[in-house]
Amino acid sequence: MAKIIVMTSGKGGVGKTTSSAAFGTGLALRGFKTCIIDFDVGLRNLDLIMGCERRVVFDFINVINGEARLSQALIKDKRVENLFILPTSQTRDKDALTEAGVEKILNELKKEFDYIICDSPAGIERGALMALYFADHAIIVTNPEVSSVRDSDRILGVIQAKSRRAEKGEEPVQEHLLVTRYDPERVEKGEMLKVEDVLEILAIPLLGIIPESPAVLRASNVGMPVVLDDKSNAGQAYSDAVGRFLGEKIEHRFVKVEKKGFFDRLLRRTA
Amino acid sequence: MSIFDFFRTPKKASAADQAKERLQIVLAHERAGRDSPDFLPQLQKELLDVIKKYVSIDDDKVAVKLDRASGYSTLEVNVELPAPAKGAARSGGAGKVAAAGKA
Ligand SMILES: Nc1ncnc2c1ncn2[C@@H]1O[C@H](COP(=O)(O)OP(=O)(O)O)[C@@H](O)[C@H]1O
Ligand SMILES: [Mg+2]
Repeated sequence: MAKIIVMTSGKGGVGKTTSSAAFGTGLALRGFKTCIIDFDVGLRNLDLIMGCERRVVFDFINVINGEARLSQALIKDKRVENLFILPTSQTRDKDALTEAGVEKILNELKKEFDYIICDSPAGIERGALMALYFADHAIIVTNPEVSSVRDSDRILGVIQAKSRRAEKGEEPVQEHLLVTRYDPERVEKGEMLKVEDVLEILAIPLLGIIPESPAVLRASNVGMPVVLDDKSNAGQAYSDAVGRFLGEKIEHRFVKVEKKGFFDRLLRRTA
Repeated sequence: MSIFDFFRTPKKASAADQAKERLQIVLAHERAGRDSPDFLPQLQKELLDVIKKYVSIDDDKVAVKLDRASGYSTLEVNVELPAPAKGAARSGGAGKVAAAGKA
């Protein structure tokens, strides 16, 4: 049975699109047929992050409006088997996302895919509501920073009140916390919230901790989901998060400062 | 803990600790407020109606204010009564009623 996952946060710029691309690619790498949908109508970016911007002909909104078939709008990834992208419109606005239209397309996708990832826009308005409405799982992307944590709490409230599952009184949407842009060095200095603190405040299960990493910018420059950079800590952390999502027991990595000082090496050598 | 921690300045609430505490307080209130609609305007109107039965006052002389602290909230109701008529016993002025209760 296909599962719909929304990548959401309330706040903008915290890493939803980066995470949608990485997480979706990670699921496909494990053999699941996965489609990533860009819900950020008017601010299309998933195509760039996935490196398929020059292959966009039709988009999500064209399909909703009956101007194109779903199969014409879906872009098959050239690197990873089983991975598809449904780009959004650059010219329309979020009112183009009708509930009936979104539902129809999701139902169609559900017949073919194992996982459908909805890359939510920021905010709590129409675009964000449509991205989360049909979700079975919600991955809450949070930076260890006050406004991001507050907005995550807010979006959790929205999911618990306004998702289809909540409205229909069904099993609630499964919530997962993905802490991104985590900088262990600053945490150690007491400058940044610890993951334990964020976890205590939001009180939802922890899916993963993605470190602040130059690999993310590097990957976005060349249109490659960072999870494909398997040498990078961010790529490995995303891959771990996918494993945990699928039920594997995987320790969290990259949460402590890596010791590399001169004294440290000296001490270690003599130890 | 490493031996280098000895050279650090004595522990005071770090920026991260302050962030955590502020978040805990603000979110406790926002979560509580999520299910209760904003009743203050209606409360203010009904209070005014009741008071008007006994004293004639202007609509802007009743003010209600909700203050939220951690663990409890205060509802402050300010009623400004008209100045007493000349010769009458001193009464009125600004009356203030404060009620405290668990948020
Ligand atoms: N782990 C990370 N390390 C460094 N930069 C990151 C990380 N995650 C995201 N970023 C950067 O943050 C910015 C916003 O990311 P994006 O995924 O577009 O956020 P959103 O979709 O939530 O608006 C981008 O410039 C991206 O490269
Ligand atoms: Mg985005």
